[in-house]
Amino acid sequence: MSSPPGEPRRIGYLYILPAFLVYGAFLLYPLIRAVHLSLFQWDGITLGKFVGLSNYLDVVRDAGLRAAFGHALVLIVFYSVLPVVIGLALATVLHRARVRGLGFFRTIVFLPQVVAMVVVAVAWRNIYSPDGPLNDVLGGSRGWLGDYTFALPAVGVIGTWIETGLVTVLLLAGMARIPSERYEAARLDGAGPVAEFFAVVLPAVRGEIAVAVTLTVIAALRTFDLVYVTTSGGPGTSTSVPSYEVYHRAFELGQVGSAAAVGVCLTALIFLITLGVNRIAERA
Amino acid sequence: MRASLGERIGNYTLLIVFGLFALGPIVTIIAAALGPDDAGGGTSGFGNFGKAWEIGHFGTYLRMSVAVSVTVVVVSVLFSILSGYAFGTMRFRGASALFYLFLIGIMMPTEAIVVPLYFDLRTLGLTDTFWAVALPQVAQSVAFGTFWMRAYFRSSSRSLVEAARLDGAGHWRTLWLILVPPARPALVTLIVLVFMWTWNEFLIPLVMVTSESLRTAPLGLAFFSGQYTSGFTLLAAGAVIVGTPVVLVYAFLQRHFIAGMLEGAVRE
Repeated sequence: MSSPPGEPRRIGYLYILPAFLVYGAFLLYPLIRAVHLSLFQWDGITLGKFVGLSNYLDVVRDAGLRAAFGHALVLIVFYSVLPVVIGLALATVLHRARVRGLGFFRTIVFLPQVVAMVVVAVAWRNIYSPDGPLNDVLGGSRGWLGDYTFALPAVGVIGTWIETGLVTVLLLAGMARIPSERYEAARLDGAGPVAEFFAVVLPAVRGEIAVAVTLTVIAALRTFDLVYVTTSGGPGTSTSVPSYEVYHRAFELGQVGSAAAVGVCLTALIFLITLGVNRIAERA
Repeated sequence: MRASLGERIGNYTLLIVFGLFALGPIVTIIAAALGPDDAGGGTSGFGNFGKAWEIGHFGTYLRMSVAVSVTVVVVSVLFSILSGYAFGTMRFRGASALFYLFLIGIMMPTEAIVVPLYFDLRTLGLTDTFWAVALPQVAQSVAFGTFWMRAYFRSSSRSLVEAARLDGAGHWRTLWLILVPPARPALVTLIVLVFMWTWNEFLIPLVMVTSESLRTAPLGLAFFSGQYTSGFTLLAAGAVIVGTPVVLVYAFLQRHFIAGMLEGAVRE
């Protein structure tokens, strides 16, 4: 690693100070406090009781929390696996074909990323409602978000809608960097489109796939706004997810310690996934 | 490379189908917002926006959102320029350890910090204030901003810094007169990203605020959607009002959005 330019300068501390003060007070300190709070059983009002790691054991023991993390896994399929598969197919075809209007297409499919999640939730709640557009097409009158079987996949499809554009744009950018000689070499070897995909395209966009997986898995784990507005975790607890549990437990059930523990677990999970995916991508 | 007619038709069909899939939900909400009021209010077209604005108090919420967004953008971009400058061009003891500390903030989910933040700010009597909404978001944006500006200053500035120093410019003048002017594209990207994140943020205002006058636009929309149940038209109009500012900026500066979100992620 090259060292940063410039002479040693003490003045550097002074330049960092304002950013560090806000960051330390409103991010680092709360993180430490979250770990601290997670060791207590506390209702937010009366005196807390020290319970050690029991809140963390509950993440495994408590059926409600286990279910929430299980729901997050289902959401990962919708937020991450489906967009990466669809995005790979879509980007490969569009890149090969050199179609016109790709710039405009990019603008459109990226749009779900910039619309406020609450707005997205309002739009999809209407689409899924008993007299909404989806039932108009299918000819039924099911309330998709109120259905024990369909509510979680219905939320998941919204995730697929949000993330597919991001993944496609990311992969298109990666494919644009593949030198054309590699395609020619593959074709001289007699490779068809499928063989070419596995021999040329897939290895070249490995890094982009790693980024796509990291971003979308984190998005899946952080599904709060969407669940809060569309289902509030229901019906029953069929769409409760860890980030919703943090809010629900801390501010509605008065289980502050448990909420903090779930928040800390979520953070640890996100760190591990980010590091793990990048490690795998580098090694492959 | 020449494709057959059938292949070309297939490719454009794919393009159009996925374009429609992405646009569909947005179109349904705009169409509903412009249609006749299904609650029987007698309005239609742009009249719906006026009515939703009035019933949903969106004026108040938008004012709060603008105030929070401007504050978070100005403060965090300024602080990020200063810290990015130090990390990118100066050598001092502990610089890389401190920088890694900032990196933690990029990955950290809001869910982890919002619980202790609420209870600690409550103890200090600071919940339900403007600053309880703005400052945690400044902290989050400063983490990304420091990372973003450091990368910029590091990649572009060595010869500029040395030339400025030979001319006898101090570190303060070097930053503002030599380094910041050509950094405009990187700064615009940082500004639009921080603006989007702040405008769309939901969890922090939800937890921190109880007064109606301090609700941000997305929070106001969530409450409106919970309370107003007589129809969808005005709710859709409210959603369009809340979503439009960021979409409008995106329409003009989409390259910055896409490049920022992808490069920011790639460099992590």
